[in-house]
Amino acid sequence: MRGYVIRRLLALLPTLILASIIVFVTVRLIPGDVIDMMLSQNDVAADKKSREDIIAALGMDKPMWQQYFHWISAIVLHGDLGTSLWQGTPVTEHLRARLPVTFQLGFIALVVGLVIALPIGIYSAIRQDTTGDYLARSFSILLLAVPSFWLGTMVVVFPSIWWGWSPSVDFVPFFTDPAANLSQMVLPGIVLGAALSAITMRLTRTMMLEVLRQDYIRTAWAKGLGERLVIVRHALRNAMIPVVTLVGLQAPLLIGGAVIIEQIFVIPDMGLLLLDAVQQRDYPIITGVFLVVGVAVMLINLMVDLSYGLLDPKVRMR
Amino acid sequence: MSAVLPLPATKRRSNSFIARLWRDKPLGALGGVVLLLFLVVGVFAPWVAPYDYNEIAPLDRMQGPSWAHWFGTDNLGRDMLSRCIYGAQLSVIIGCSAAALATLISGLIGIISGYFGGKVDMVVQRVVDAWMSFPDLIVLIVVVSVLGPGMPQIIFTLALLLGIGGSRIVRSAVVSVREHMYVHAAQSIGAGTGRILWRHVLPNVLPPIIVLFTTRVGTVILAESGLSFLGLGVPPPAPTWGSMLSGSGRTYMFQGPWLALAPGLCLTAVVYATNVFGDALRDLLDPRMRGTR
Repeated sequence: MRGYVIRRLLALLPTLILASIIVFVTVRLIPGDVIDMMLSQNDVAADKKSREDIIAALGMDKPMWQQYFHWISAIVLHGDLGTSLWQGTPVTEHLRARLPVTFQLGFIALVVGLVIALPIGIYSAIRQDTTGDYLARSFSILLLAVPSFWLGTMVVVFPSIWWGWSPSVDFVPFFTDPAANLSQMVLPGIVLGAALSAITMRLTRTMMLEVLRQDYIRTAWAKGLGERLVIVRHALRNAMIPVVTLVGLQAPLLIGGAVIIEQIFVIPDMGLLLLDAVQQRDYPIITGVFLVVGVAVMLINLMVDLSYGLLDPKVRMR
Repeated sequence: MSAVLPLPATKRRSNSFIARLWRDKPLGALGGVVLLLFLVVGVFAPWVAPYDYNEIAPLDRMQGPSWAHWFGTDNLGRDMLSRCIYGAQLSVIIGCSAAALATLISGLIGIISGYFGGKVDMVVQRVVDAWMSFPDLIVLIVVVSVLGPGMPQIIFTLALLLGIGGSRIVRSAVVSVREHMYVHAAQSIGAGTGRILWRHVLPNVLPPIIVLFTTRVGTVILAESGLSFLGLGVPPPAPTWGSMLSGSGRTYMFQGPWLALAPGLCLTAVVYATNVFGDALRDLLDPRMRGTR
């Protein structure tokens, strides 16, 4: 198992290097007039920066390969993602404050998605072609089609019109007041989890249908096992592997979707950091968020692969 | 027992594609009709829309739905129905062109990577891996911030983004086609690579490519509206559905909830239609997927 993990991590290296090059090249694509734009915005900034300062801060005065190695070695050796162009604070500091909020939102969305998707998906499969099945399937396609930012907008607008209730806009960190924090995060979590639940529901149903036709399920029924045991112990566990893969593949969707959701619910996570950085053209922060999110997604996918061994003893980690 | 079951005497069933679509996948066919409707409305927006999308009428501000204004009016007195219709035009233009470009990119990368295999495939797939580890919306925000807002940039970025991701689907189809007898036969009689790809591989991977295009239209429209919602889409006063749900409009939604309803319903309807239509196409075009949903 340990050897497998190490080998998988090594296999991740080329992807990581390529991802870092993509991030780096994107910053290099910044046209000169953006630097001019930063200069024109400088009047409102606290400290004055000249064109050369900005170019130097972006490290654009050296040959490209040198810049890349300088940039990547700072990250690898010191975990240094650079400093914000406007505030002058380290990017890692910004990320450390925001990253947990994004992950919390993603986690709530994941739990919500699974809590909705698994029971309905399973029900839909064991009662195939009944009215309930059709209703569940139509519901899932509908959830897929509703844009999360629209759903979020409705959730904010209509309760406010009907009952004069609106979600709080003062963010409370989890460790300050868990109850207040959760009451704030649950609604955005549900909105974000809705789309995830639709996709997961469809796949759960398909996989359950496939597994329920297998010989060992017939054997289990023939042995006289109860429905609960057959469904949960024998069928569900075997149907779960593709579902777990799918959930892993949705990680970018959750993190990306969070950007829009927190905008609506005013939650200070990575998305808001990124949007502010984009508006201020704070490129070190943009690359920092870009890189960290990419690495997080890769690690999530690795964890998904590793979880196969827990779900299916046939999958040996060699 | 080798008896052949006698076929029941049925009427000769039409086997044209559209007939099959209506018969086997009525919901998908309905989705196709809805899509077509939005397409026509979008293309003929200047003739269909009752008002100009930017016609300001201070006296008609914030009116609820009525016979004069089916979807109500916004905070500047602009007719929401007309804005939604012009929004359809933008969505159709962006959706179709970006999806077409994306499909072209997917096709090129997928066919090259899948057909040649080996080192080419390995290198291309690692690049695709790296690219796909970034959330779409984050890439969009970053790239649009670099290129600046505007329709061509958005089409190009969405096409590149979805094109690279979609190449996986084309590649897997090509990998299975590559090993078929007719490809080996063509290779052994000395057909050129270009000819094999064009005449033998492409026609056989066309079904997943068509499905890819259809579902991409919905994805593009949704992604563009997300960008517009964040203020990074086509700049105002262009009436995109996403931008109608964001910005200053949001503050007025509490007085006029209809402002939130119309653009959202349009978006949902189009995306729902592309989803069911794409699913139906996949089921009809790809025999392997028949019976699964």
